Order: sequence, then structure tokens, then C-alpha cells
Amino acid sequence: MSKKGIETLVGVFVLLGIFGLLFLALKAANLGTFSTGDTYTLIAKFDNIGGLKVRAPVRSAGVTVGRVASITLDPKTYQGVVRLDMERHVQFPSDSSARILTSGLLGDQYVGLEAGAEEKSFVAGDTIKSTQSAVVLESLISQFLFSKAADAGSTAAPAGAGAKK
Amino acid sequence: MTGAIASIGRTALEVLRALGHHAFFFYELLRNVPAALRRPFLVVTQIHSIGNLSLVIIMSSGLAVGFVLALQSYYALVTYGASESLGLLVNLSLVRELGPVVTALLFAGRAGTSLTAEIGLMKAGEQLAAMEMMAIDPKSRVLAPRFLGGIVAMPILAVLFSSVGILGAYVVAVRLIGVDDGNFWSIMQNGVDVWRDVGNGIIKSIVFGVICTFVAVYQGYETQATPEGVAHATTRTVVISSLSVLAMDFVLTALMFSRH
Repeated sequence: MSKKGIETLVGVFVLLGIFGLLFLALKAANLGTFSTGDTYTLIAKFDNIGGLKVRAPVRSAGVTVGRVASITLDPKTYQGVVRLDMERHVQFPSDSSARILTSGLLGDQYVGLEAGAEEKSFVAGDTIKSTQSAVVLESLISQFLFSKAADAGSTAAPAGAGAKK
Repeated sequence: MTGAIASIGRTALEVLRALGHHAFFFYELLRNVPAALRRPFLVVTQIHSIGNLSLVIIMSSGLAVGFVLALQSYYALVTYGASESLGLLVNLSLVRELGPVVTALLFAGRAGTSLTAEIGLMKAGEQLAAMEMMAIDPKSRVLAPRFLGGIVAMPILAVLFSSVGILGAYVVAVRLIGVDDGNFWSIMQNGVDVWRDVGNGIIKSIVFGVICTFVAVYQGYETQATPEGVAHATTRTVVISSLSVLAMDFVLTALMFSRH
């Protein structure tokens, strides 16, 4: 086979490889869903971030408006400090609140933003003041058991008081 | 009694000597890579004979593996009502594990044996010796281009295997079984991370390419210069490449995908 022929075929081979890679990266993975536009940073502090991971979405009314950039621990207040990369064209009032929610029952966790009522909007680098931590299953269960025990205690006491009469 | 102990010692020393010989050979190959890059047409010819000519088997295997993965995953997932995650499961299986590993095994079988046989026959026909007589280093003219060709071809083949596998799974899942088209792609896109999954798969395939090509080239160069020797070297290439790839796969998976 001629020199040119071989080089052309190898070029086609490499091109096929690049197309395959682009297909895998864009159509079969999450590269296409990253916001390529400008972002500004907001900070939110949570008592418990639960299972929140870096690059988790930030959603408001279910629409993705940003990504979690980093999660660190504040060494003074022992709160989780979450930096959010928000899309530049979406502004939130400065009394908006952030919660950590789960998509579905057992899905991945994300940050939900609820818009407030103030006229002023967040500026880059602002901290979101009202936050609600993730729901921890163990706390729910212990709350449930505690209230059950309290109920049983309060029904036993009147019964005991009635029997004593 | 002492004979048995002495033979254990001899074997241990032999293993160490072979390991050192491999290391020296690897260093010689790397040292000759710049010389091979100065003659790019040699490398291009090797990419053609290693990569292009393996396309048929790699892509048809990829298609078949994609079909079968889709079917089997569907039967497993439908019990838990999770059949919408079919695309995600197939993609992760292919891109993280099956793409690099199966491509490496097929590569060792098809391209590795052809490399070993070619170099072994060159040695048996005294072509390598003739080159040395002409003051041409066979390592730079024959071995290094093949080494580079294998390293370039292998990741491309692995990516093509995974891509064709995903497309094959799409055909079976959406067209044949009836999984929802939009869900197939959107759940997959949400669950597959480019850097962690696709990127790590490509790193794996580069490492496997180095292993398979190095073993093939080494076995070819060090073969006994007889037809029988070449046959043994070819078999050894496939066996050693395959075992090394599988062992290295475990190590790499543990390193890359452990929960930190």
C-alpha cells in the first residue's frame, strides 16, 4: 500500500477515536451539562451537609441554576461551608434560603434555593444566611422512637392515676 | 534435599535476573523513542498494522458485548423496577472496566501475537543481526516504532469499543426491549462523570497498551531463533499479557474507584 494511503487510513483511525471520545464525553457523560458561562460564588453554611457531594446541582423550583464548587469545614463554628457556583444570569434576593434536599427517596442530594422577598440581590461572595441542614435518617428515627416512648408514658400515667383512685 | 533447596534458590535468582532484563529492555525501548519519532512514517505504518487492522474485531466485539450487556442487565434490573437505569449500568460497565480490559485481551491476542511473530521471524531469519551489522540499531528502527504504535492504538481502540458497545446497547434496549429513549440517555448522562469514569478508563487503556505492546515486543526480540521458539514466544505473549492486564486492572480499579 502506498505511503499516502497508509497515512490517510491512520488519520481516519485517529479521527474515529476522537469522535468516539467526544461521543463518550458529551453524549454519554455529564460534560455537556456543565455551565460554560460566567458564574459567581455564593457561600452557604450548614450544620450538617448530609451526603452532599462536590458538583452536585443547585436547584431552584427544580431548575438547575448552579453547582456545588467545594465543601469544607469551618474550624471555628464547626459548620460545613459550601461554596456554590451560580449561573451569572440568575440573581436571588438577599434573604433567600438554602436547604439540602434529596432527589427522589434514595437519590443524590442537591442544594435547593428558595427565593425570598427582598429587593436587593446577592452579590458575588455573599453568604446565604438562612439554611436548613440535610435530613439525617438516624435523627428522624430517634425522634420517632422518643415521641413513641413519650406517648406510651403519658397513656400509662393517667391509667396508673385512674387505677390508684 | 540440598538439591531441592538449591533449585529454589536458582529459580529465585532466575526470576530476579529476568525482571532486571525486562527493566533494561524497557529502558532501551524508551531511550529509542526519540529516534523512532524522527521517522514518523515508521510509527504511522505500525499504527496502521496494529490499530486499523484490529478495528474489525474490536468493533464487532464491542457491538456484541453491548448487545449482551443490555439484555442481561435488563433481566437483572427489571426485578427491582430499575430498568430505566439500563443505560447507566451498561455505560459504567463498558467505560470503566469492559472497554479497557476486553480490548486489551483482544489486542494481546490479535496485535500482540502478530508483533511477536513478526519480530521473532525477523530474528530467526537473521534480519535483526544483519541490521546490527549495518550499524542500524534494530531497537530504534524495528522495536520502538511498534512500541509507540501500540501505545497510540490501544486507547483509541478501547474508546471505540466502549462507544460501539453503548450504541449497541441503545439499539437493544430502546428499539428491541422498549426502555424509554429519553430516560436511557438522560439517566446515563447524569450518572457518568467524564473525568472519573471516562478519564480513568482511558488511563487504564494507556497502561494496558504499554503492558501488552511491551510484552509482545520483548517476547519477539528474546525468542529462540527457531520456528518452535517463535511459536512458544507467541503463546507466552498472549498468556503473560492477559495475566498482567487482569492483575493491573485490579490494582488500577482499587486505586481509582475506591470510595475516598
